[in-house]
Amino acid sequence: MLSDKDRIFTNLYGLHDPYLMGARARGDWDGTAAIMARGPDALVDEMKASGLRGRGGAGFPTGLKWSFMPKQEGPRPHYLVVNADESEPGTCKDRDIIRHDPHKLIEGCLLASFAMRAHVCYIYIRGEFYNEAVVLQRAIDEATNAGLIGRNACGSGWDFSLHLHRGAGAYICGEETALLESLEGKKGMPRLKPPFPAAVGLYGCPTTVNNVESIAVVPAILGRGAAWFSALGRPRNSGTKLFCISGHVNKPCNVEEELGIPLRVLIDTYAGGVRGGWDNLLAVIPGGSSVPVIPKSVCDTVLMDFDGLRDVKSGLGTAAVIVMDKSTDIIRAIARLSQFYKHESCGQCTPCREGTGWMMRVMNRMVQGRAEPEEIDTLEQVTRQVEGHTICALGDAAAWPIQGLIRHFRPVIEERIAQYKSGRAATPARMAAE
Amino acid sequence: MAKVTVDGIDVEVPNGSNVLQACEAAGVEIPRFCYHDRLSVAGNCRMCLVEIEKTPPKPFASCAYPVADGMVVHTDTPMVRAARRGVMEFLLINHPLDCPICDQGGECDLQDQAVGYGTDHSRYAENKRAVKDKDLGPLVKTVMTRCIHCTRCIRFSTEIAGVSELGATARGESMEVGTYVAKALSSELSGNLIDICPVGALTSKPYAFVARPWELKKTDSVDVLDAVGAAIRVDSRGTEVLRVLPRINEDVNEEWLADKSRFSVDGLKRRRLDSCWVRRDGALQRASWPEAFAAIETKLRCVDGRRIGALAGNLSDAESMLALKDLFTALGSANLDCRQDGAHADAGRRDFYTFNTSIAGIEAADALLIVGANPRREAPLLNARIRKRWLQGGFPIALIGADADLTYGFDHIGDGPETIAALLGGRQAFSDVMRVAKQPMLILGQGALARPDGADVLAACWQLAAATGMLSPQWHGFNVLHTAAARVGALDLGFLPGRGGKSLGQMLDGGVDVLWLLGADEFDTAAIGRDTFVVYQGSHGDCGAARADVILPGAAYTEKNGTYVNTEGRVQLGALAVYPPGEAREDWKILRAFSAYVGRTLPYDDIAALRARLERVNPVFARIDILPRFGCADTTGPAGDPGRMRGAAFAPWIDNYYQTDPISRASPTMAECTRVHAPAPAQAAE
Repeated sequence: MLSDKDRIFTNLYGLHDPYLMGARARGDWDGTAAIMARGPDALVDEMKASGLRGRGGAGFPTGLKWSFMPKQEGPRPHYLVVNADESEPGTCKDRDIIRHDPHKLIEGCLLASFAMRAHVCYIYIRGEFYNEAVVLQRAIDEATNAGLIGRNACGSGWDFSLHLHRGAGAYICGEETALLESLEGKKGMPRLKPPFPAAVGLYGCPTTVNNVESIAVVPAILGRGAAWFSALGRPRNSGTKLFCISGHVNKPCNVEEELGIPLRVLIDTYAGGVRGGWDNLLAVIPGGSSVPVIPKSVCDTVLMDFDGLRDVKSGLGTAAVIVMDKSTDIIRAIARLSQFYKHESCGQCTPCREGTGWMMRVMNRMVQGRAEPEEIDTLEQVTRQVEGHTICALGDAAAWPIQGLIRHFRPVIEERIAQYKSGRAATPARMAAE
Repeated sequence: MAKVTVDGIDVEVPNGSNVLQACEAAGVEIPRFCYHDRLSVAGNCRMCLVEIEKTPPKPFASCAYPVADGMVVHTDTPMVRAARRGVMEFLLINHPLDCPICDQGGECDLQDQAVGYGTDHSRYAENKRAVKDKDLGPLVKTVMTRCIHCTRCIRFSTEIAGVSELGATARGESMEVGTYVAKALSSELSGNLIDICPVGALTSKPYAFVARPWELKKTDSVDVLDAVGAAIRVDSRGTEVLRVLPRINEDVNEEWLADKSRFSVDGLKRRRLDSCWVRRDGALQRASWPEAFAAIETKLRCVDGRRIGALAGNLSDAESMLALKDLFTALGSANLDCRQDGAHADAGRRDFYTFNTSIAGIEAADALLIVGANPRREAPLLNARIRKRWLQGGFPIALIGADADLTYGFDHIGDGPETIAALLGGRQAFSDVMRVAKQPMLILGQGALARPDGADVLAACWQLAAATGMLSPQWHGFNVLHTAAARVGALDLGFLPGRGGKSLGQMLDGGVDVLWLLGADEFDTAAIGRDTFVVYQGSHGDCGAARADVILPGAAYTEKNGTYVNTEGRVQLGALAVYPPGEAREDWKILRAFSAYVGRTLPYDDIAALRARLERVNPVFARIDILPRFGCADTTGPAGDPGRMRGAAFAPWIDNYYQTDPISRASPTMAECTRVHAPAPAQAAE
């Protein structure tokens, strides 16, 4: 359990002033110039030592990612791009950071840009986050007027400009290279990798794309030291993390906790427990819609971090915990996700473009049971044909929820098919978001 | 160089190659749809997946993966086979099974690769996607339901053709390729979309439902509808030419073909002259060969040799021009001309009238001045080469002449000769650009030569080239861009007024009593003297035939074995694909027969003997398909005085790209293109 003194996001619930006065009162912008005086390489090393893993979903070590940037500024400028295109179903952590603690993000942008020798940073914010963009822009203006960013930021001698760019509402633009394409004014379609953005990124220049949360914790890590951060959590899964708990719990909430906290403790302590008690739990999607669902038997013991969830063939993803109790039609729930991925596939590469539609159509029939039992295997094979064959990870994200469903709830599907064949099928009522 | 092992075969490929190229070097076939070696890499079809050792255990798109030294690639593992089968299955689930009514059938990448890499049945039981067809104009037919979203067409139009008119709208399954706002493609290279489309989504509109590829006889030939001399393949069935496709010739057209060259073929079947005609009592009447010959012979008998003249057309082959020249020389006439447009040419030296840098050589140039030309209209393939060089960067281009969209960026520094004078005098900033450049080049168009001061413009441009370092023993940057396929060959043969001979202008208005037109239609036939007896020898009933007193039906370029010299001076052979229609004959044979009829028998009985005579007249005709590049050791310029250039601006040379010769004027497809792209000016009350 995280003690209050170790919390990074002390205004997560918006109880205090989100703007500069309040932020300063909470300790933001304190000693920023002194941190920068340590030099870029020292900051990158400190980030590496902290063990911070990217908070956007993939969990790639942030310090390592920063170290891929060229060590000297060449003829091409460096860029930091902050990915605030938070669209993963169930996830709303970046949104609360932006609207309640924007200065943590802005200070992080300055420090991260300095560490990677970037004078310009773009924040690509989800188009639907209109109010958040307004708040963030006001905070950026405040920081600029206060001399915290802009020319000679914080008196450090480093020129730094920060730009906010609003997206236009495509989930795929949260993929880092699609985000860069979109930022350049093109159609948001992922690029081929290699080359990676650290070599050829925004406008062909070295670029690092980081999640909002990854950047917002940077000032705390650099201010309080890597040792403090890495002491939290478990080995290789250090630090704190914002969890977004939604679904069939008594009190859905965002909460900052240590990585490695047991799922049951997380739900019971902060979300008021599962609706109808823990035994009424059916399954949990532990990391946003893209990761495989885990059934109650796994939820009983699983630890909420990258490795703990990987060991149960799921993933931490964005740490958006979607709780489903026994009233849930799990097939319909996953079918709804298949619709989402079909809708959001960019259409560039074949397996995703064709596969997401195929999977969605079969899943829609599975909901009714209008299928043959052997089609479950076909569906499983289709997900395998999509997974790992695409340009970006959206194909994987579309495949995994179905794989999780078949792995853990195959009897439910078979039962539904048998019901339909026997003519006992009930027509379910339509739910919200359908 | 990087050493790569592909399926146990060691190959060395240049650094920066991709794995697919390494596999090809090893002779291993990699299926692909989106990859095309002349376009940027999209990596979206996912068909070319291979397994690479020491990488994460998943298949990689070989077209997008750079090689590394010591890389070990496997293309035939269970994982790769499963991946390809999977991708093929995905491609087919929404692809209609309409191969029996699809024009791509028999030459469809998807069909071929489905046989090689697909399964024999479908597991997809849902409804297939249907997509509304797009109207891309008179040339490209669309069946967008067949589209597999490889984006080759988008990349071609953006990168090669230089018109960003195609794109993809919507996303995922709903993604559609199109122009967004419906419009006809404005590129002169749009026909190539048909070739690069791997499926039947983009097919030829005029050729729709005409034939299957296995029914066609394929004849390798050379295009004559502009002076680029693109390599073509003529597909014919029976007596009909059904379509023309490009062949690969890296030095000339790479693998592209301009629309006029590709789509004018329906003009080969229309307005054809298929028998002799003789004007009797003021009207043309059908006649036999002996009657036609007799009519000419009768006229010639009472005319002095110095009062007859011959004019060679823009599509004539070198053989028939030589036969005509020999015949007229035998008849005692030196009144020969090949310049219907009146363009000035100094045939004193070959590099005064050819494209000396060569088309492929454009890629080595580092600055370009265009004078009085619109390469996009006059030679679209050459223009594509300029654009290719321009895209590589470091290639400043300036234009003197009418402003136009050339598909690349340039400085429009002037309209007429005064700008050339300014460059010569160093009063124009671009002359410094050319002086700094190591291999600058200049393209001089017919629009600057076909005017009274053409000789002076020619001399001025040569002087400019000499002054700006374009002429050196290693580099020749002086280029004349021709638009007539016959012109360079005619100049090589000296089909020009001989000693005391008359030029075209002097032959008109009664300058001669008998005028022999060899496929010459591109001049004002109304200017021919009222009493001049006109013999028209050619393939199409165009304006020359309308004025003729005797018509001798000749062969079009697909109907004869002929030699053509392109604007570079490259000698190429066209081949007979079908026989001329009706009574029509190959042109040199007509002239040979007529020479015997008038008792001046030409000394060759077959094409081999005629070609031997060609070589004797000018040894360049022995150098077939090969173009040695020479520097310029002698900078002595052509005749002309730059000081006599007048101020008038250079006029655009080709108004309507789609109709420039008898064949394209006879083509309904080209007429439709003209209607779409070159609308007649609006009239009052419209």
